[in-house]
Amino acid sequence: MDALIAVVSGIGVCVLYFAGSNYLLERIFSNAKGFSSSKDQWRRAIQPWLFLAPALFLLSVYLVYPVFETIRLSFFNFGGFGFVGLKNYIWAFGNPEFMLAIYNNLLWLVFVPALSVVFGLLVAVLADKVSWGTIAKSLIFMPMAISFVGASVIWKFVYDYRGPEIEQIGSLNAFVMLFGAEPQAWITLPFWNNFFLMIILTWIQTGFAMVIFSAALRGIPEESLEAARIDGANEIQIFFKIMIPQIVVTIMVVWTTITIIVLKIFDIVLAMTNGQWNTEVLANLMFDWMFRGGGDSGRGSVIALMIMIAVIPIMVWNISNFRKEEEER
Amino acid sequence: MNPLSLKKISFAKILNSTGLLVLVLLWILPTVGLLVSSFRDKDQLALTGWWTALSTAERNEFRRTGIPEDQYERDGKYVISGKLLEPGGKIIQTFSTNFRKLTANTAGETATFKDGSLFTLQENGDYEWISAVPFKHKRGKRIFYVAKVPPTFSLDNYREVLASEGVGQSFINTLKVTIPATVIPIMIASFAAYAFAWMKFPGRQLLFVFVVGLLVVPLQMSLIPLLSMYNDIGNYFGVAAKSYPGIWMAHTGFGLPLAIYLLRNYMGSLPPEIIESARIDGATHFQIFTRLVLPLSVPALASFCIFQFLWVWNDLLVALVFLGKKDEQIVLTSKLRELLGSRGDNWEILTSSAFISIVVPLLVFFALQRYFVRGLVTGSVKS
Repeated sequence: MDALIAVVSGIGVCVLYFAGSNYLLERIFSNAKGFSSSKDQWRRAIQPWLFLAPALFLLSVYLVYPVFETIRLSFFNFGGFGFVGLKNYIWAFGNPEFMLAIYNNLLWLVFVPALSVVFGLLVAVLADKVSWGTIAKSLIFMPMAISFVGASVIWKFVYDYRGPEIEQIGSLNAFVMLFGAEPQAWITLPFWNNFFLMIILTWIQTGFAMVIFSAALRGIPEESLEAARIDGANEIQIFFKIMIPQIVVTIMVVWTTITIIVLKIFDIVLAMTNGQWNTEVLANLMFDWMFRGGGDSGRGSVIALMIMIAVIPIMVWNISNFRKEEEER
Repeated sequence: MNPLSLKKISFAKILNSTGLLVLVLLWILPTVGLLVSSFRDKDQLALTGWWTALSTAERNEFRRTGIPEDQYERDGKYVISGKLLEPGGKIIQTFSTNFRKLTANTAGETATFKDGSLFTLQENGDYEWISAVPFKHKRGKRIFYVAKVPPTFSLDNYREVLASEGVGQSFINTLKVTIPATVIPIMIASFAAYAFAWMKFPGRQLLFVFVVGLLVVPLQMSLIPLLSMYNDIGNYFGVAAKSYPGIWMAHTGFGLPLAIYLLRNYMGSLPPEIIESARIDGATHFQIFTRLVLPLSVPALASFCIFQFLWVWNDLLVALVFLGKKDEQIVLTSKLRELLGSRGDNWEILTSSAFISIVVPLLVFFALQRYFVRGLVTGSVKS
């Protein structure tokens, strides 16, 4: 009940602002008593800012100010009071945990976009050729709706490990035992555990890649495929020589979009290992430093900046690409 | 077409279908496993794989008989009778008083105990224990048995997590975060988008480019300053630093650049003639916006709405920073993460909680898939 009240009042305040401020504006600068052009001008000058004010306010508070503040804090000590110059940066690059996080992020960066793109393409192509393709695509797309934490639970259950003397209830261990292999505690397996975490994100992102590729493949003119078939090309040749070159820009967009998600990957690592067993990544390390020992804003900020520096060039490329496509449309 | 190429084509087709089928199975089996497990009996779930859920299991258990107070006389003999099993469909195979000799007696048989008393146990668990002298034992006697357990599915796990684990409360908390954090940004963004698309003011283009530029700012950049800002405001005004309005505004701020960008593009592509003619008819911008542009923008609004809804519902990071972990504030994702830590081996709790947390997004997803896909294709720049 009080949840309902909170929800309604939250939205109500917002509605009230827009309706109320515009009502007031019309009243104050009303031109009802004859045509008063100066009042009209005033109203025209003010109204856009009434429309924009909440957006600009929130953007400044939640995005613009924090960027400058984070940059400032990265040069200050843990409480944000004493200026320490580049000390936090020097600490970061000499810190094994930080370097491990960078190394793991690079691993993620290589494998997750690549695997998602490959599987996404594969499903998009295969599903186009069977009658139940729509259902297949829908099912593979489904993980997109599941939260990273929910997905972590799903996969932790798959990776579940019991001692070799009792029955395994995790699918993966039961599967490897079919082939006579020993059950493993996958999540704590050094180095390889990173891949078991990456599988989760790949599982989610393949659906995204598939949907975008499916739309792009449908844009390839049927005649060019037909012509190639008549010339005797087989399906594999058609795929590599005709389809891929036609959608190469789309592949790049999907690749970079997943790359950005990977750079910020946090939930899966936090839920599965919290960075233990050498699975640390930047976003999780940053979150850790936000609260470790009461929070170290200096070190946390340095890590946040690293993420931002990695994201910006890819994002800029992506947006400009997207705008180009929009204009062509 | 010659027979050889026909064969070749159908072979390729079979390969194609099987390949796709394998992929689809790989993709859905983890979720199916979770779903099946969440309905299984918690003891069965802990002992056997979810793929055995439909088969009958054999289980070794023991129960105690009644105590002497339960005895009554019949034909000059003393009798204790009752049921060893609760209703549930278990079938007793063999039984014994010694757990090392579980198969000593078959169900339905009468066993003679050391003291000469006679004990009969039926398949359904009904027992009768007859003695010539009065029973004097203190606790009920332990009867060990082997029972066949048919697969049982129930909502018990769900009942447990909803009532005693606090998942039900988290569900409501998540709704309390998600609904305003979806509606408010759409409202604010659509007003701003209208201003950018159809109102004239100095610096319009520059400001819009700046807003789009904010798309590159990763969430992580905002967290540390905002966390301390919230704490300062909380201390200064004596209010809670972690509150629902606080997280609504945070989600709104983070969602705005994309929302403004997408909605401006959509509103900007509406035919200028309608807006011009409405202006000439004397309509104010507010009227044009609410009565004309907003209804025309429903497809774009719907796409973004689904997008934002799923993003907020599934978010963990923002909730961890801006909301507390007490019962009245913890959201589903945060709760689930906590359960992973504290109840990591209780799969009956984890599977059912996880399913509760994903069922709403799944429903939204399957019902509105078309809008979602459209939003994704246009919104693929969002990180």
